[in-house]
Amino acid sequence: MIPASRPRLIVLYVVVAALLLGLGTRVWYLQVRTGTAYLAQANAERVRQVIQPPVRGPIVDDTGAPMVDSHSALVVSVSMPTLWKQSDGGAAVLSRLGRLLHIRHRRIQREVRLCTAGVSQPCWPGSPYQPIPVAENVPPRIGLQVLENQRLYQGVTAAVQPVTRYHQPISTDLAQTLGYLQPITASELKREGLPVTGFSSVDLVGQAGLELQYDRELRGTPGATRLAVNAAGQVTGTVSAVKPQPGDYLVTSINSAIQQDTEVALAGAVQRGQFAGNPVGKGGAAVVMTTTGRVLALASYPTYNPSVWTGGISTAEFGHLFSTHGGEPILNRATQGQYAPGSTWKVTSVAAAVAAGFPLNGTYQCPAAVNVGGRSYVNDGSPSLGAMSFYTALVVSCDTVFYNLAFQIYLRDHPRANDVRSPRAPVQEMQKMELAWGFGRATGVDLPAENPGSVPTRSWLYYLWKDNAHQGQNWCKYGKANGSYVQQIEWDDCRSGNIWTAGQAVIASIGQGYVSVTPLQLARAYAALANGGTLYSPRIGEALISPAGQVVGRITPPVAGHLPVAKSTLAYIRHALAGVVTSGTAAGTFGGFPLGKVCVAGKTGTAQVSGNQSTSVFASFAPCDHPKYVVVMMIPNSGFGAQVSGPAVRQIWDGIYGLEGHKAALPGGVLPGLPHLDRAGQLVPPAGFGPAAARPGQAGAASRRRRHP
Amino acid sequence: MSWVSSQSRRRSSPAWAAVRRAAARVAGRDSALRQADWLLLCTVLALTLLGTLMIWSATQPMLLQQGANPHGFLMKQLLNIALGLILMLVVGSLDPRQLRLFAPIVYGLSCLGLLAVLTPLGSIVNGARSWISIGAGFQVEPSEFAKLSVIVISAMLLSGLRPGEKRPGSKAVGLTLGMAAVPILLVAAEPDLGVMIVLVLLVVGLIALSGVRLRWLAGMVAVSALAITAVAKLHLLKAYQLSRLTSFINPSADPRGTGYSAAQAKIAIGSGGLHGTGLFHSPMIAGSFVPEQHTDFIFAVVGNELGFTGSLIVIGLLALLLVCALRISARAEDQFGMLVAAGIAIWFAVQAFVNIGMTVGIMPVTGLPLPFVSYGGSAMFADMIAVGLLQSVRRPRNVFAS
Repeated sequence: MIPASRPRLIVLYVVVAALLLGLGTRVWYLQVRTGTAYLAQANAERVRQVIQPPVRGPIVDDTGAPMVDSHSALVVSVSMPTLWKQSDGGAAVLSRLGRLLHIRHRRIQREVRLCTAGVSQPCWPGSPYQPIPVAENVPPRIGLQVLENQRLYQGVTAAVQPVTRYHQPISTDLAQTLGYLQPITASELKREGLPVTGFSSVDLVGQAGLELQYDRELRGTPGATRLAVNAAGQVTGTVSAVKPQPGDYLVTSINSAIQQDTEVALAGAVQRGQFAGNPVGKGGAAVVMTTTGRVLALASYPTYNPSVWTGGISTAEFGHLFSTHGGEPILNRATQGQYAPGSTWKVTSVAAAVAAGFPLNGTYQCPAAVNVGGRSYVNDGSPSLGAMSFYTALVVSCDTVFYNLAFQIYLRDHPRANDVRSPRAPVQEMQKMELAWGFGRATGVDLPAENPGSVPTRSWLYYLWKDNAHQGQNWCKYGKANGSYVQQIEWDDCRSGNIWTAGQAVIASIGQGYVSVTPLQLARAYAALANGGTLYSPRIGEALISPAGQVVGRITPPVAGHLPVAKSTLAYIRHALAGVVTSGTAAGTFGGFPLGKVCVAGKTGTAQVSGNQSTSVFASFAPCDHPKYVVVMMIPNSGFGAQVSGPAVRQIWDGIYGLEGHKAALPGGVLPGLPHLDRAGQLVPPAGFGPAAARPGQAGAASRRRRHP
Repeated sequence: MSWVSSQSRRRSSPAWAAVRRAAARVAGRDSALRQADWLLLCTVLALTLLGTLMIWSATQPMLLQQGANPHGFLMKQLLNIALGLILMLVVGSLDPRQLRLFAPIVYGLSCLGLLAVLTPLGSIVNGARSWISIGAGFQVEPSEFAKLSVIVISAMLLSGLRPGEKRPGSKAVGLTLGMAAVPILLVAAEPDLGVMIVLVLLVVGLIALSGVRLRWLAGMVAVSALAITAVAKLHLLKAYQLSRLTSFINPSADPRGTGYSAAQAKIAIGSGGLHGTGLFHSPMIAGSFVPEQHTDFIFAVVGNELGFTGSLIVIGLLALLLVCALRISARAEDQFGMLVAAGIAIWFAVQAFVNIGMTVGIMPVTGLPLPFVSYGGSAMFADMIAVGLLQSVRRPRNVFAS
């Protein structure tokens, strides 16, 4: 080696050492310092999670008969990203699919649109990367055709998935209470912290009714299989697998037989109103247990068949459900309809009068009319009946007795607070009593979107005026001092809409004017009257039973309050309501009813609503001495309480007790206990109930044979 | 007394004499094996063994997925190693003086090979026309041998001092640059940026080590700077080369395109952590997430499956290899041997740095394999021949032999 090379060789040594040291440091930094971050990236990249849908828990009636459940069915779904890649955007595939499924391809095209601004239902609210179901319950032959001709049906898949099933005919019309399922939206997914499944049915989420209220319990837990994939996306193995957990059974206190009777009776009452020439189109009814606060039936008219939701709802069906013209069948009138209670309200007025110091056993004048604030308030349809007790006032439903009482209470009830524009103005004495009966606030029933009704307290009036004087109905803009009748009222309301007047106090005492209640509110108030004063927050759900058969949750209606009324007063009122049926306003309605077998007590209500026909109300309980059930029906725009709602309620009572040729829904008035799960995963009705008990003939024998071969 | 010599005494026909001479060269007292640098040999064997395991692990799941023989790449690489070891033995048994004679032949052949690549005989892989198909599914990459040829021809030209000369003169340097320019330009025409970088660094390094005056070095640095400027200004780089360079500078700009390989390799290495997932136990490697993971990106497999420990072992073995080469260079008996050994050290050092550097994201992505570790026949042969050269240089010249 020549001498000049040696130092340069040393330089080479140093350079090589530096390069290697550099590499070592960099590798240390990557693997030791920041390794965990890369580990997360690597895991995200090579593992794909496939979510298996859990089977949604069924909602069953009080004997365990399913009203909604899920079954496995072949579902044909369309993957939009694959279709979009095709030269014609997938039009050819969709029209081919339409011919195969015998669905018009225009309908499929509408169903696979993404729900964005300006796109009306039906559309797909889920992720565009999720297969969109276009047909459920597809025969296997068609499923195979799709799967085996992937060249023709590129982007279309067929897979077995759980499909919601509504049971006919018993509970089809519990539609509003059951609610419905819709594919979960991205925001809901995020809010609930749920995994995206890639299947349709798991991503369904309760959107209304019990399905929404108990969504978490009914939904179950999706299973997750973590698959190892390679760079090409091919599956190379399973990393981990967790099986899906089916949702819980929701046992409700809905009695299918009573429910059916209630629906039939309500529909019949509406028809009677229509035959009488009244523009009646909606109504609600509720059957509640007095001693527990459980709901046995909830009916709403008009109604619809919830099966329209399965397999994607059409534009026309969707439009009908929400249209005013069609009566908005989507609304649950039993909890959302707010109607004037009319004379059924008088039970609270008696209690208020007694609380205000008027003797329970006193006598009160029932003149033909009462003059209050320069206006004459007449006793509806009746001449002067002279002096009478509260008992008679309720039995014959004298209005002027209550006008007088309300006016007298009004005069001494903080008169100076009547026109104070403040939300903190004191509540009037009578309205305080009405609030205590649970009116003016939501019952807290286990259904979402309940309406609170209204009790015209001073602060309620203040807010009404504040919301409508210069905005909302804008009284001050549209009102005219010498315009039409409505314009005159608006003119007055603009200036004094917040003022609690004697006239309002008077008509509020007979359940008119600003007073409005939901059928369920009225039912629970009557239940409190019947049970001695306990106001329940009603519950439809009774228990949650896990798929393993364990009762994982018992749902007990919480006590919402106690009526501030002496037991003797309540007993007096109950006694009077029994008189209404035997000799009062409902005597005609219940003519011939076997009151000896089952004593029914009740109150009619015929609330006059300005510009409309009367609201027909009937609130009742039975048996008279130890009441068990309350039946309430409210039908606006229909006529007299005794003529429209009354006969329908009588029909419901017939059904409950098996009177007048009806089959008893609750033989002997005994409620069933909880159903339980047998080993095969079937809900077994409680002893004495269910199909075997109802039909002791062949069907029961057959089912017994099946269970014990 | 050796087995060969006892045999040779018994028979003494001319044919047997030839066999005896050949055998003595391989296994005799002065033979290549006897006098081999065992540390170097063991290092090389360890690297190839480790590399073979990595190739096996990197290709088995992919081949299984394709329905092919899961040991296909393993078998081929084992064959490559066997052939490479024979080449190493043969070259290692050559006398260094013979090496000088072979230098022009090696140079000529590799230039012809590089020319052939540019004709329709060549096939394009990853944007570069650098392979010749020789049938039966075998391919040769002449640019691997070009590195060898540049080393030996430059060493020959730079060591041939005329009497009285203390260092190579301008003529020798000029000749070296001229001779090296041919393969460099041919490689540039493929174009293979990685090999070009290796060749340029080899020539510059060898000229520097040969003891030329410092002003020559300064001149070369100035010319290189000018050349780089010219390349940048005149857009001489291919689009894919440019994108490789830019994606190296800003890898997140195009994570699905050229930056993808680099990003995936970084994830693979980073996620290996301290101890790795274990050999054959990496889902990321089994899923072939790193492109070219058995060839250019083999270090990603090492980092992922063997972790920091494995990475250090590979870097350590490479360091040992380079130390051996540099030691041989420093102890070489003549200038030619010193330059050959040093050239080999530069080659391996540059290639190891660029290769590992690109998998860990500090160098641009170029198609340079990791010596002895990456899958590939031509590279393995060239690497093994280089080890043979090192062994040959190391062997003390027995002036009395034959």
